[in-house]
Amino acid sequence: MDLAYWLPLFFAGAMGLALLIYVLLDGYDLGIGMLLPFASDEEKDVMVAAIGPFWDANETWIVLGVGILLIAFPQAHSIVLTSLYLPVTLMLMGLILRGVAFDFRVKAGDARKAMWNRLFALGSLVASVCQGWMVGAYVTGLTGDTTSTLFAAMIALTLPALYIMLGAAWLLIKTEGELFRKAIRWGRLAVFPMGAGLLLVSVATPLVSPAIADKWFSLPNAIGLLPIPLSTAVAYAGLIWIFHSKQILFNGYGWLAFVALSVICVMASIGLGYSLFPEIIIGQLTLWEAASATESLLFTFWGAIIALPAIIGYTIFIYRVFRGKATALSYE
Amino acid sequence: MDFDPFVLARIQFAANISFHILFPTITIGLCWVLLYFRLRFTFSGDKAWEYAYFFWVKIFALSFALGVVSGITMSFQFGTNWPGFMERAGNIAGPLLGYEVLTAFFLEASFLGIMLFGKERVSNRTHLVASSLVALGTTASAFWILSLNSWMQTPAGYRIEEGVLFVESWWEVIFNPSFPYRLAHMLNASLLTVAFLIMGVSAWRALRQVDGPATWKVMRTGALMAAVLAPLQVFIGDLHGLNTLEHQPAKVAAMEGIWETERGAPLTLFGFPDEEEKTTHLAIKIPKLASLILTHELDGEVKGLNEFGDDIPPVAPVFWSFRVMVGVGVLMVLVGWWATWALFRRREENAEAHAWLLRVLSVMAFSGWVAVLAGWYVTEIGRQPWVVDGVLRTADVVADHSAATVMGTLLGYVGLYAFLLVSYVGALRYLATKPARSLSLMPQQRTMHDSEITAGEN
Repeated sequence: MDLAYWLPLFFAGAMGLALLIYVLLDGYDLGIGMLLPFASDEEKDVMVAAIGPFWDANETWIVLGVGILLIAFPQAHSIVLTSLYLPVTLMLMGLILRGVAFDFRVKAGDARKAMWNRLFALGSLVASVCQGWMVGAYVTGLTGDTTSTLFAAMIALTLPALYIMLGAAWLLIKTEGELFRKAIRWGRLAVFPMGAGLLLVSVATPLVSPAIADKWFSLPNAIGLLPIPLSTAVAYAGLIWIFHSKQILFNGYGWLAFVALSVICVMASIGLGYSLFPEIIIGQLTLWEAASATESLLFTFWGAIIALPAIIGYTIFIYRVFRGKATALSYE
Repeated sequence: MDFDPFVLARIQFAANISFHILFPTITIGLCWVLLYFRLRFTFSGDKAWEYAYFFWVKIFALSFALGVVSGITMSFQFGTNWPGFMERAGNIAGPLLGYEVLTAFFLEASFLGIMLFGKERVSNRTHLVASSLVALGTTASAFWILSLNSWMQTPAGYRIEEGVLFVESWWEVIFNPSFPYRLAHMLNASLLTVAFLIMGVSAWRALRQVDGPATWKVMRTGALMAAVLAPLQVFIGDLHGLNTLEHQPAKVAAMEGIWETERGAPLTLFGFPDEEEKTTHLAIKIPKLASLILTHELDGEVKGLNEFGDDIPPVAPVFWSFRVMVGVGVLMVLVGWWATWALFRRREENAEAHAWLLRVLSVMAFSGWVAVLAGWYVTEIGRQPWVVDGVLRTADVVADHSAATVMGTLLGYVGLYAFLLVSYVGALRYLATKPARSLSLMPQQRTMHDSEITAGEN
C-alpha cells in the first residue's frame, strides 16, 4: 500500500469530519448564543444550561480540525491562516468572549450579569459571521478580489442563520414550556433566510469558481452528484414541515429537526469536499503537495485511529449522562 | 508607522502566551488539589472538605474557561503569525501538537462537563473517575506542550533536508535533553502557584471575617504544599540550570550577566547589563559563587556572552526576569515554612491569632503568576535569536504582514486580555467576599444569621 498516497487522504477525511462535527455541535452553541437577547432572564439561564456541559468539548473540534490542517498539511495551514488573518483574529476574539461569558455571567455578580449576557451574544455572532467569511474566502481560493469578497459576505450571513436553526433545533430537544414555543417561533423565522442563503450560495459557487463549475456540470459526474441537492431539498422541506407540525413537535419528536439539519450539513460538506478534491487550496496546492513527511503522518495516524474512536465513545457517553430536558446548572 | 512587524509579531505572541499560561498554571495544579478535597470528603465524611471543593471548583471552572479560549488562540497563532515555523519544523511540531489535542484536550474538555455539572447525574465513583480524567488530561496536555517547547530549546532526533526538518527518532524528539527538567519545573510551579493562591484567597477571607472551618483547612493544605514544594522547586531549578548550561550556555551567560569567559566566576546579585558596551554596570558580585552554583566547583569555567558573537539573546530582560523568578522563589520558601510553622503550631482559627501571616499570604495570592511569567521570559527570551535553538531563526519564520495589521490585532488582544484579567480577579474577589458556607458546621459563635450562611459560599 502506498502510504504517501493514502495518509494525506485519510487526514483530509479526518479534517473534514472534525470540521463537520464542529459545525453541528458548536453550531448549536453559537446559535443559542445569538438567540440569547430574545429570551427573558430566566430563559437565558435555561438556554445556557442547555449547552453548559457540552460547549467546551464542542469547541475542541475546531482545534482538532485546524490541528489536522497544521499536522498533515503545514503548507496549506500557513497559506490559509495568513490569508485569513483578520477574520481568524476576530473569530478568536468572538470565541474568547463567548467562552468566558459562560462563567463570568454567573460568577462576576448580579450587577454585571446583563453585560456578560450581551457579550455572550456578541461573541457568538462575531465568531459565526467570521467563520462564514472564512469558508467563503476559502472556497473561492483565497484570492481576495471583489467577486470572492461578495461571495464571502454572502456566506458570512448564511452561516449564522444555519447556526440559529441548529440552536433552535437543540432547544426543541432540551427545553419545554414557553421557551420551547419560542424556539419553534425562532426556527420558523430563521428557516427561510437560511434556505435562501443556501440556495444563493449553491447558485453562486459555480459562478465564482470556474474550476468548481467544471466539476459540477460535466457528465457523467453531474448525474452522480444529483443525490446531494435532492437530499438537501428533501431535508429542507422536512425541516419546514417539522417546525410547523404540532403533532411532531409536541409528541417528543422535535429532535427530527436536528436530524434534518444534520443531513443538510453532511450533504453540504460532501459537496464541498467533492468540489475541492484533489486540491486543498483551489488553484494552488493539492493534498499531496501540501502534506507533511510520510513518517510524521504515520506517527500521528497511529495515535489518531486509537484516540478518535475513544473520543467519539466518551462524547456519546457524556451526551447520554446529560440527556433529557436541561436543568439548572449546579456544581453540587 | 515605523514599527518593525517582526518585533510586533513577537510582542503579540508574547502577549498571547503570557495571558494563556496564567490559567493552565492554575488549572494543572488545582484539579489535583480538588481531587484531594473530594477524596478527603469521601473518606472522612467531613462536610468542610466538600464545601472547600464547591468553592474552589467554581474558580477552577472559570480558570479553565479562560485557559481553553486563550489556548485556542495559541493554536491559530502559529499559522497566522509564524507560518515559516510550521513549514520548516511542521514534521516535528505538528504531531506533538496533534497528540496534545487527541490525548489531552478532548479528554479534559469532555469530562469537565461531568466533573462540573454531573455530580447529581452519576455515581460518586464515576464522578471521581471523571475528575481524575480531567486532572490527567491537563497534565498530559502539559506533557506534550512542554515536550515541544523543550525540543525547540534543545532539539534532538531530527535531520535536515533542503531546509526542512524530518524526524529520525520520535523517542529522542519527545524526551529531548531539557524535557524532563522543564516538565518537572513547570508541573511543580503549577502546584506551587495553586498553593499560594488557595492560601492567599483563604487568608483574605479570614481577614474579611467571612471564613469558616473549610477556609482554614484549605489554608493549611496550601501551607504544607508550599513548605515542601517551594524548596523542591529550588532543587529542580538548579538541575534545570545545569542542563541549560550544558545545552544553551548563551542563555545562562545572559541570566548571570557574564560577558567574559572565566574560571571562578563571581555571582552578580544586581547590576545593569549593557549590550552596547558589553558589560554589566554597578554590579554587586559575590566571588566564585556563579561557578559554584553552575558547575558545582569553585573554579569551574563559565562561558561569557562574548564567546557567542551576535547570536546572543537580549541580555537585560533575561537578567532581570531571572532575578524576579529567583527572588519570588526564595520568598515562597520562607513564607511557606513560616505559614506551616504558624498554622500547625497554633490551631486557633481566627484572624487575630495570625494577623501578620494572613496579610502576607493575601498579598502573595498571585505570586506564583509572577514567578511563572518571569521564568518563561528567561527561557523564551533566552532562546533568541533562535526559534529552534541553533537550527531555525525566529526572524526567518515570521509572516509577511504589515506593521499596521499586526499592531491593530495586537492592540485588540491586549485590550481584551486586560479587560478579562480585571474581570477574573474581580470575580475571584466577588466569590471570596461571600460568607463561607462551612460556617454552618460551627456551633453558633458568631453573630451571623443562618440565612446569610446558607446563601454564601464554601
